Amino acid sequence: MSYLTLSITLIFVVIPLLLSKTLNLGLERDTIVATLRSIVQLLAVGYVLKFVFDSESLIYIFLMVALMIVAATHNAQKKGAAIQGITSKVAVTLIFVEVLTQGILLGFNITPATAQYIIPISGMVVGNSMVLSILFLNRFTAEVESHQDETELILSLGGTPKQAIHTQLINSIKASMIPTIESQKTVGLVQLPGMMSGQIIAGADPIQAVQFQLLIMFLLLTTAAVTSVMLGFLSYPTLFNQRMQLMKKEFT
Amino acid sequence: MSVNYKPAIHFNHVDFSFGETPVLKGITGSFPEGKITTLVGPSGAGKTTLLKLCNGLLSAQSGEVYIKDRPIEDYEPVELRRLVGIALQSAPMVGGSIYNNLSLPLELQGKTLSKAEAAELLQDVGLEEKLLDRKVKDLSGGQRQKVSIARTLVNKPEVLLLDEITSSLDRTSLKEIEELIVKINRKYGTTIIWITHNLQQALEIGDFTWVMMDGEVVETGESDLLNDPANDKVRRFVRGEAE
Repeated sequence: MSYLTLSITLIFVVIPLLLSKTLNLGLERDTIVATLRSIVQLLAVGYVLKFVFDSESLIYIFLMVALMIVAATHNAQKKGAAIQGITSKVAVTLIFVEVLTQGILLGFNITPATAQYIIPISGMVVGNSMVLSILFLNRFTAEVESHQDETELILSLGGTPKQAIHTQLINSIKASMIPTIESQKTVGLVQLPGMMSGQIIAGADPIQAVQFQLLIMFLLLTTAAVTSVMLGFLSYPTLFNQRMQLMKKEFT
Repeated sequence: MSVNYKPAIHFNHVDFSFGETPVLKGITGSFPEGKITTLVGPSGAGKTTLLKLCNGLLSAQSGEVYIKDRPIEDYEPVELRRLVGIALQSAPMVGGSIYNNLSLPLELQGKTLSKAEAAELLQDVGLEEKLLDRKVKDLSGGQRQKVSIARTLVNKPEVLLLDEITSSLDRTSLKEIEELIVKINRKYGTTIIWITHNLQQALEIGDFTWVMMDGEVVETGESDLLNDPANDKVRRFVRGEAE
C-alpha cells in the first residue's frame, strides 16, 4: 500500500469527526489525538521492527519484549493501586506468562526463534495478559470491598485468609477469563481475528492463516488462565496481616 | 468491678485508633468468666471495636489484652477465634441453606457436621429441624440471628460476643433471643459479652454492665447500676439525654 493510498483512508477518520461535530459529541479533539498517536506510534514501531528484524540480534528482541512488559505493567497496576506491591506482582505475572508461552513455542519448535515470530506473538501475549490483569484487579478489588462481611465472618469462625477470600478470588478469576473464552466460541462466526485477516489480505494461504490463528487462540487461553490465577494468588495475601486481619476497608 | 470473679477477658490500658482517629482510650477492666456482661453506650462509643479486639479481628495499638490469663498474642488467630466466638450485628450468611451455614465452622477445619448434629443445634436455638434445608435468603430477621448464634456455637466457644443482635427484631423474636442467650450461659457456662442499646435488656439479662462513651469506659458494675448511675454523663445517657 502506498502512502498516497494510506492517506485516502483518512476518510475513515473524517466521518467520525463530522458526526461528532454535527451531534455535538465533543469527541473531535480525542479523535484527532488518537489518530495522530496511532500514526506516530505504529510508524515508529514499524521502523523499529524493521531495524530489529534486519539486525537479527537477540538483545534487540529482548529489549523489545522488556519494553512491552514495562508498558503493560505500568498500565495494569493502576487498577490495583490498593493492593500492596501490585507493580511487582503484575510484572512477575507478565514475565512468567511470556517465559512460559515462548518456552513452549520455541521449546517444541512450534515457531522459529526469530524476531519476526517472537515479537508479534509476545505483543499479543503481553497485551492480552495486561487486559486480563486489569479485568481481574477491577473485579477482585470490587468483590473484596463489597463482601467484607463474609470475609470477616469466615475469619471470625476460625477460617484462614485463603478460606475467607476464596469465593471472591474464584469469582474474580472466572469473571476475568469469561471474555476470552466467550470470544473464542464465536470466532469465525461473528468476527475474523485481526491477525488472520491481515495474513489473508497480505496474500497468505487462508488455511495456514487459520492454523496460526488457532495457535494464537490456544496461547491466549493459557495466558488468560495463568494471568488471573497467578495474579490472584500473589495478591490476596497482601490484604491480610500476620494476625489474619483484613487490613483495609476501601479497595476501589 | 468483678474483683471477686476470675476474668475470662482482661483489658489493661488498651488504646485503638483507625488511622488518626482514636476509637478506644485507655480501656482497663475485666469480663468475668461464666457471666453475662452487657456493653451499653451511645453509637460511636467504640463498643464494636472493643468486641473485635476480644477475638482478634482487630489488634490494640497499645496496652494488653488477656484471654483466660494469657496474653492475646500467645494465641494463634484461628485458635483464638474458635475460643472466643462472635455473632455479628448483620448476621452475614454464606449462600445456600441453613445447613450450609451451620456446617461452615467445621468445613473450615476440614470436618463435616452431620445432619443430626445440625438438627440438634437448630433445636438448641429454638428452630425446627425441618428448616435445615431452607435457603437463608428466606429467613426472617429473628431466624437469621438464631442461625448466626447456632453457627457460632458449633466451635463450642468459651466466650460468646454478641454485637447488637436484637436491634432490628420484633418484640417476640427479641424475647426468644434473650431466653436463648441466658440458656446458653446457664447450660454451657459460656461467658457472654453483649452489646445492646436496650437498657431494659441490659438490666434484665446482664449480670454486669460496662457503660462506654467516646472510647472510654465511664462506669462499670453490676447491671443495676443503670438504675442509679454514679456518673453524671451516664445518668444523662440512661435518661435518654446523651445520644
